Amino acid sequence: MRIYNHPVLGNIQARKKVYITVDGKKIEAFEGEPVAAAMFAAGLKVHRTTRKYHEPRGVFCNRGRCTDCVMKVNGRPNVRTCVTKVQSGMVVETLKGAGNWA
Amino acid sequence: MSHHKNSELVIIGAGPAGLSAAVEAAGHGVKVTVIDENDRPGGQLFLQTHRFFGSRRHRAGVRGFQIALDLLEEIKNYDIDMLLDTVVWGIYPDMRVTFATEGKKKDFIFAKNILIATGALEKAVCFKGWTKPGVMGAGAAQNMMHVNRVLPGSRALVVGSGNVGLIVAYQLAQAGIKVAGVIDVLPEPAGYQVHAWKVRRLGIPIMTSHTIVEAKGDPAVECAVVSKVDENGKVIKGARMELPVDLICLAAGLRPFDELCWAAGLGMKYVRDLGGFVPLHGEALETTFQGVYVAGDVSGIEEANTAMEEGRLVGVVVAEKLGHIKKQDTAVLKNEIKNSLRDLRVGKYGDNRADAKKEIIRCFTAICK
Repeated sequence: MRIYNHPVLGNIQARKKVYITVDGKKIEAFEGEPVAAAMFAAGLKVHRTTRKYHEPRGVFCNRGRCTDCVMKVNGRPNVRTCVTKVQSGMVVETLKGAGNWA
Repeated sequence: MSHHKNSELVIIGAGPAGLSAAVEAAGHGVKVTVIDENDRPGGQLFLQTHRFFGSRRHRAGVRGFQIALDLLEEIKNYDIDMLLDTVVWGIYPDMRVTFATEGKKKDFIFAKNILIATGALEKAVCFKGWTKPGVMGAGAAQNMMHVNRVLPGSRALVVGSGNVGLIVAYQLAQAGIKVAGVIDVLPEPAGYQVHAWKVRRLGIPIMTSHTIVEAKGDPAVECAVVSKVDENGKVIKGARMELPVDLICLAAGLRPFDELCWAAGLGMKYVRDLGGFVPLHGEALETTFQGVYVAGDVSGIEEANTAMEEGRLVGVVVAEKLGHIKKQDTAVLKNEIKNSLRDLRVGKYGDNRADAKKEIIRCFTAICK
C-alpha cells in the first residue's frame, strides 16, 4: 500500500508508472523507486530463502547494508533490491539459496 | 564527471556532520571531496519528519528532512566534488582513500586530510523468528514511509523506547499504521519525556519491563509474543501476551558505524554511553591517525545537532591547518562551536554524553602524549 497523502510530507510528487515482474507476476512500480519498495507496495515480502534451512528473508535494514533483500534481477543474482532502482520491464526472481554467477 | 586525484579534505559520509564540515571548509577555501554510498546526500536526516528543538542556532522548529534540504542548498554555493553511489572501502597509511562507484572501476584519491563521518548503524535484537520478513530496523520503516512512500505494515510493534523507538512509533501512527505498543526491557521509557508523551497521547501504550520473546507467522510476521520481565530482565512465567502485528520495528539503540575506523587502524575504545566502540579523538576531533578526523555519530552516538557542530569544528580545524584562516579568527570560531557543543550536552542525558566525550579525549591525550 502506498502513502499518497502524508500529514507532514504532503502529496507524492508525480512519477512515471512502469511494470516489472516478480516471479512471473506483473506488478506496478514507479520509475526510480527501489525494487523492494514496489514489492512491499504490492504486498510481496519474501525476497529470498536461505541455503540450508530454506527460511524466508526480506527487507531488514532497507539501506543496502544487511543483504537480506537480495534477489535475482534480470538474470543477475545477489542484487540488493532495497537500493536498486526499478526499470520498466525488469525481471525479478526470488533467490533460492546462495546466488550463482555461473 | 571528473574528480581530483588529490584532495585537501576527503569527507566520507554526506550526512549532517559531513555536509556541515564540507560547507565550513569550502567556505574558507578548502578543496573538498565528499563521498557517500547513497544516491543523494543528507544521510538519515531525510528519515525525520518531526521538528527539531533547542535554540535557533540548532534549527529549532525545523523538520529533519528540511534541514537536509537546507544543507543541500548550502553546498550548491561551493565547488565541492561530490561522489555518490560510492563506497569507501579503505584508508591507507599513505592517506590514500580507495573507493568503488556503482558501475565504474575501482579508484582512489590521495587526501591531505580525511574526515570519517559515517554515522551510525542500528543494533540488532535477536529473538526467535527475528529473521522473518516483517521484522525490520526502525530506520528501515522510516525510509519505507518517508522516502519510498510505502506502508511498511498495517499493525506494528516497536521494540525499544529510546528516542528512535518513540519517534518511529509516532511516525508509524502518522502514516496511518495501528501501533500496538512500544516495549522496553527497562522500567522506564529511555527517551525524552516530550516524545514519550506524544506517543501516549495517541493512545499507544509504552510497555516498560517487557521483552519480545518470539515473532510468529509463515512466511512473514503475523504476531509478536511479548512478556513482562522481572527487575533482572528475566521473563516472568505466565506473563506472555500475543499481539497481532505484521510489522516489528527494532529500535534497540544505535552504535557508531565504525568499520572504516577499524580498517584505518584507529585507536578505539568501548564506551557504553556512546553506543559502542568509538574512535579515540582529541578536542579538535583528530584521531590517533594524524590527518584523520571524525565527527557525528561515528565519534559517539549523540544527535544531529552535535553532528553538525562537530562537522563544523573539523571544517575550521582543517582550514586553519591548511593556512586558509588566520589564527585569531580560528580561536573565535572554535570557541563558538565548543560553547554550542557544551550547551547541547546538558541535562539528564546530555551529562552522560559530556562525561563520556571527556573520557575519550582524556584517553586520546594520554596515548598521544
